[in-house]
Amino acid sequence: MMHFLATYGTQLIAKTGQHLYISAVALALGVIVAVPLGILLTRMKHGANFVITLAGVLQTIPAMALLAMMIPIFGIGSTPAIVALFIYSLLPILRNTYLGMQGVSPTVRDAAKGMGMTWWQMMIQAEIPLAAPVIMAGIRLSATYVIAWATLASYIGAGGLGDFIFNGLNLYRSDLILGGSIPVILLALIVDYLLGKLETAVTPRQLR
Amino acid sequence: MLLSMEHLRKEYPNGKIAVDDFNLEVDRGEFIAFIGTSGSGKTTTMRMINRMLKQTSGTIKINDKDISKMDPVKLRRSIGYVIQNIGLMPHMTIQENIEMVPKLLGWSKEKRAEQAHKMIELAQLPDDMLKRYPGELSGGQQQRIGVVRALAADQEIILMDEPFGALDPITRESLQDLVKHLQEDLGKTFIFVTHDMDEALHLATKVVIMSQGKQVQVDTPENILRHPANDFVTNLIGEERLIRAQPNILSVSQIMLKNPVSITPDKTVDDAIDLMHERRVDTLLVTGDQGVLEGYVDLEDINRITDPHTAIGDFTNRKVFFVKADSLIGDTVDRILKQGVKNVPVVDQDKHLVGIVTRTALVDIVYDALRGAPEANEEPASPINADIHAAATHDEGGATPQ
Repeated sequence: MMHFLATYGTQLIAKTGQHLYISAVALALGVIVAVPLGILLTRMKHGANFVITLAGVLQTIPAMALLAMMIPIFGIGSTPAIVALFIYSLLPILRNTYLGMQGVSPTVRDAAKGMGMTWWQMMIQAEIPLAAPVIMAGIRLSATYVIAWATLASYIGAGGLGDFIFNGLNLYRSDLILGGSIPVILLALIVDYLLGKLETAVTPRQLR
Repeated sequence: MLLSMEHLRKEYPNGKIAVDDFNLEVDRGEFIAFIGTSGSGKTTTMRMINRMLKQTSGTIKINDKDISKMDPVKLRRSIGYVIQNIGLMPHMTIQENIEMVPKLLGWSKEKRAEQAHKMIELAQLPDDMLKRYPGELSGGQQQRIGVVRALAADQEIILMDEPFGALDPITRESLQDLVKHLQEDLGKTFIFVTHDMDEALHLATKVVIMSQGKQVQVDTPENILRHPANDFVTNLIGEERLIRAQPNILSVSQIMLKNPVSITPDKTVDDAIDLMHERRVDTLLVTGDQGVLEGYVDLEDINRITDPHTAIGDFTNRKVFFVKADSLIGDTVDRILKQGVKNVPVVDQDKHLVGIVTRTALVDIVYDALRGAPEANEEPASPINADIHAAATHDEGGATPQ
């Protein structure tokens, strides 16, 4: 192991950085798109089911196929990988945001509106704080998915820890396979733990 | 007029008419209770006042300003709102909850905190509860906060939608007292939706009875108990409650016997004995000009007079205890019982004799009020009178042989 680190240490750090970068950008885009979209869906009478089903369908496309589909559009490199992972991150966040917002008790909404909150105030001061734990759970789930699937991004030249794994597979070198896999697992666990902390932090004290 | 509602109508797109031609004028400091069965449109009507719902037609004015021309958000901030399921924000402390509307109105932090302390005192809850969360309080405590929260920005009108429906009877009563106190001492105006008749009668200065989107009767609790507009109202009030309320709503004229035996002062002892024998009574009321009550003579008096030609007027007892026909039974029953007399003449405003109340009739009224309706009574109003008549006749009959 020491030998592996001595040989591939710098490379490992660089690849981990790439991996994190691809995952983080994809997840951030996912959050930026799916959270507002999920909130918007709760305001619409129709369409919510359609959009959530569509996101579900996107989710079922095999990861490899989705990555391959990105090449004609975005070429190779990190951009197509980020786009593909972003698409994957949508469903859990979208669905949880939708469910979380739906789960806010109508009584609270009625009281907030009846006391004279504007649409925005209701959203920011009442509904989002109450839906936050559910929304966060969706983001956590997406984060784990995205980190795991970012491994495949190496296949279309995006780099990341997948490079180790694919090289290991090609060269039949188990040390390279493990050297790529273990950091991915650790990364996923650490990110999940940190987001878990964040989830607790955004959960209103009384609801914990 | 603080609040006026004219020809309000609410029709849903599916054609269901929730409220139809609703009219109401509310003065400052009034306590209005909307009562009716579910689906009667009472909550719908209330929710149109703070524009949580928009009427199909008709106008609502607050201080002569048409609310449909006001900013709904500003309007709602000026009206207190209390709902059945309390509606405290579970993620905010009690203090934050109370300060909600003041904060929306942009009050300073100090002023808000001061108000929060004032409000928790008004709710009769300990000051340190401000730091707690709604989930840590009992249902009754939460609704106390819900009530004072609706007053925190000094709102003039407070809307309440079945606020105590989910509470146990003891907690409910203490909250009713709190609300009554707020109305009486702070002069707030309450619009209160309930399906609990006791609550409506206890709290309201004016009760609006609704059925199928229409107003059935709008009046003070006393008048509604005294003159239910129709069978629907009677049923809603309940016979039991009507009977219990009788001492406070029935007037003396409703239970008196209408043909008291009377004699004029110019008649003689002979005439008096004949009349007593004929009507089988031991006491005659003496009436002068146009039936004005002057006094009474009884069998003992007549027995003492030896000359059968003596005029009644010469020995009439002028110290006669009487009651007014329009006074309430509740107010007079004590006085009658204390006098220890058997029969009490009833007079109108000008002291004309109009009837007589027997002690037996009073006993029946007191009995009914304490015990509920006697089983014989199928309808609340008329058979009771019949009972009283029967009892009274029996009483007089029994008294004759003395």
